[in-house]
Amino acid sequence: MKDWNGVIMVEVKDSQPDEIKIKNYDNLVNKQKPGPSVAKNVFWAFITGGCICLVGQIFLNLYSSGGLPLEEAAAASSATLVFISALLTGVGYYDRITKLGGAGGIVPITGFANAMVAPAMEYRTEGMVMGVGAKLFSIAGPVLIYGIITAWLAGLIYYLLI
Amino acid sequence: MIFLKSFVIGGLICIIGQLLMDLTNHKITPSHILVGFVSLGVILSASGLYQPLVDFAGAGATVPLTGFGHVLAQGTIEQVQINGLLGVFRGGVSAAAVGITAAVVFGYLTALAFKPKS
Repeated sequence: MKDWNGVIMVEVKDSQPDEIKIKNYDNLVNKQKPGPSVAKNVFWAFITGGCICLVGQIFLNLYSSGGLPLEEAAAASSATLVFISALLTGVGYYDRITKLGGAGGIVPITGFANAMVAPAMEYRTEGMVMGVGAKLFSIAGPVLIYGIITAWLAGLIYYLLI
Repeated sequence: MIFLKSFVIGGLICIIGQLLMDLTNHKITPSHILVGFVSLGVILSASGLYQPLVDFAGAGATVPLTGFGHVLAQGTIEQVQINGLLGVFRGGVSAAAVGITAAVVFGYLTALAFKPKS
């Protein structure tokens, strides 16, 4: 086989099928990765997630001792955490929490707020509608869609059963 | 005592998320975790399994996103009891309105007020 300059190209025959090559490559990559120890991640996820829930509990107690019924106090406490988390994301501090705590910073409602604010800030240059407006819901959108659909289904089943 | 319980239960729920990511070689991403935990919360709550956890651990169960699912499910069921079929459509979002509006308003304002650090 010749290329367009007339230089003879040697075709390299590769005996390995692509799948095996990809697998070998993945293994190689995994070996080279600085192995994050699962145990350490789990430990910090526990501490971080626990602390965020503890802060939530402090607000919950505060609001319910202020006279709110338990459900309302829980909602107010979550809203407060959302506010704090949005602020921490704004000043660039929430990243550090997720870096250390992993899922401990993602699973609580603060992680949800972070997932809204961070991309909205980042894409602000794309405008108020397609930048801030759209990116606020880049992760909140799927969360609400699947949450609402599951709840709708649960409600429908409940309606048909009673 | 409730503080210890909410710390431990909240921490444990987060551990489940961490294990899901770590043990699948991060094929499950944070977005998957958020979506999955809300849906899981709805299912557990509708099956009556989540309320006992809320009674036991308070914010330890309401602060993780499964708690958001719990609010959606309980709101829907409550509305179905009052309004029947219409309640199926009204319930979830109306119960979760505080959380959703707080997230949108605070999120929008901070996104405007701060510039990202490069």
